[in-house]
Amino acid sequence: MSLDYFLTVSVFTMINMILALSLNILTGYAGQVSLGHAAFFGIGAYTSAVLTVKLGMGYWPALLLSVLISGLVGLLLGLPALRVKEDFLVLATIGVNFVVVSIFNYVQFFGGPYGILGLPRPSLFGHAFTTKEYALYVLVWTLVVVFFVKYLSNTYSKLGFDALREDEDAAESVGVSSPRYKMYAFAIAGLLAGLAGNLWAHYMTVVFPDNFSFPVSIGILTMVVIGGVGTLVGPMIGAVIVTVLPEVLRFARDYRMLIYGLIIVFTMFFMPKGIVGSIKGLMFGDTPLGKKRVEKIRRIAST
Amino acid sequence: MQNIVNALVLGSSYVMIAVGLTLVYGILKILHIAHAGIYAFGALFAVYLCELGLPLVFAIVLSLIFSSLLGAFIYKGFYKHVLDRGRIVPLVMSVGLFATLEDLYRLIWGPYKRPFDAYIGLPDVMSPTLYLSSKGVLMLIVTAVVIVLLYLLLMRTKLGKSLRACSNDLSLAGAFGINTDRSVTFAFLIGSSLAALGGILVGLYDNTVYPTMGSVPSYKAFVVVVLGGFGSIKGAVLASYILALVETFVVYYFGFLLPRDAIAFLTMILLLMFKPEGLFGKVRR
Repeated sequence: MSLDYFLTVSVFTMINMILALSLNILTGYAGQVSLGHAAFFGIGAYTSAVLTVKLGMGYWPALLLSVLISGLVGLLLGLPALRVKEDFLVLATIGVNFVVVSIFNYVQFFGGPYGILGLPRPSLFGHAFTTKEYALYVLVWTLVVVFFVKYLSNTYSKLGFDALREDEDAAESVGVSSPRYKMYAFAIAGLLAGLAGNLWAHYMTVVFPDNFSFPVSIGILTMVVIGGVGTLVGPMIGAVIVTVLPEVLRFARDYRMLIYGLIIVFTMFFMPKGIVGSIKGLMFGDTPLGKKRVEKIRRIAST
Repeated sequence: MQNIVNALVLGSSYVMIAVGLTLVYGILKILHIAHAGIYAFGALFAVYLCELGLPLVFAIVLSLIFSSLLGAFIYKGFYKHVLDRGRIVPLVMSVGLFATLEDLYRLIWGPYKRPFDAYIGLPDVMSPTLYLSSKGVLMLIVTAVVIVLLYLLLMRTKLGKSLRACSNDLSLAGAFGINTDRSVTFAFLIGSSLAALGGILVGLYDNTVYPTMGSVPSYKAFVVVVLGGFGSIKGAVLASYILALVETFVVYYFGFLLPRDAIAFLTMILLLMFKPEGLFGKVRR
């Protein structure tokens, strides 16, 4: 295993972590299931590509603008979420994903199916990042995102999200403005996914419409759900599993996707709360098995 | 005129897959993406049987039986155990199932496109202004028959009554002594065989079948289900044809920039903005 291969896999893992964490804010915290998250990812990547390649902007202003624009688009795409909920929202987000990808695919300005080539690697003080330095750079961003999400989960907003997720009508009735928190969640999720898109695009130095299609959205949701919806560590573990597993399974060649699909199915079957959620359940008695265990410990302790 | 006929054929192919999905959604309220896996299975298995040398009708019937059993197996083996665990769990499981099924087909039957060549004893419709192949005629006839049969089944039989009761309120239906588990299984059996029939007809019409043929219909069918107002069979049938007409005419007259799939989704998003419960849906509280 060469160093470059290792670095590439870790960069993808970290970018997926950012994506999973951002979807987790939307789905895990605020309860708005989205199957179109790759659209935000793509908007971040394409904005940065257009700004740097077509308009000749430097990397750093492009980073700032692409993140802001995808946050803004996230806000706009949050608008349908004000009208529709639950399964309708899932389908609306699938639709958004399809429409965004078709725009990339069919509008000449975005290069059509050939995408946009030749994105610059970011440079600092006239020194362009090498692959190794880029991996460190992505690591820094991942840590920033992790700390941001950690900070967010201790704020008043998190309580608003929780209320929204548990029962929208009840939340409204005690004065939690559901449109406000929905838009808020969509904006943050769009912002972070846009950051991931930017990092991804400048690592690959090319963007294609296919990189942001619906299956990618499914992948992101899978990471969140396998790891544990609504937890901080869960989505990160999920991102590692979903990114690294296909690499590890390379020896199985033809059966790779089959095994991958089955792992998703059986994780849902036996660990519906995800890996972290199930472990928590076992520890604190949230699941039937965990309840039994806690009872047993109580019994032993009382004698 | 040609456009209308094309749209009718297209709409018929949507009807087949969307009706089954509506049955399942109406009762269980889960997004059953693996439904399109059954659609592909029906077509692939029928072609496989034909290649083994079975006559077409026999192959189709056998394929429908196996597809409906596969659908029932998906319910009994998987969904049934995760129904009480929120909405995301069955959804993700369904996605995993769909990926697994598609890969399984690729392993069994190879990744290639196969021709589905079969002679159908129907005439082509040909006039100076209109062309409809015999396979298109077959599609229209079969869809019409299926719609009528389904209507009779739902409105006139005891099974239909129990299905309608279940889709109204599953737990209440159970409380009134309806064997809900059996009704749901029947919904899966019927829905899956319809999806497979749709796959076979589309395979015949396009003269190709391939393992990933279910990908686009899987999302498309959901557009139809949404447009029709979740859970309404009548709505699903009408929405199929409306969507097909919109797609065909927008592509034909406006030479629109986006492909027809994107138009379908755009239509859906716009509709949801103004009428969040779908065209024929009731507001459920």
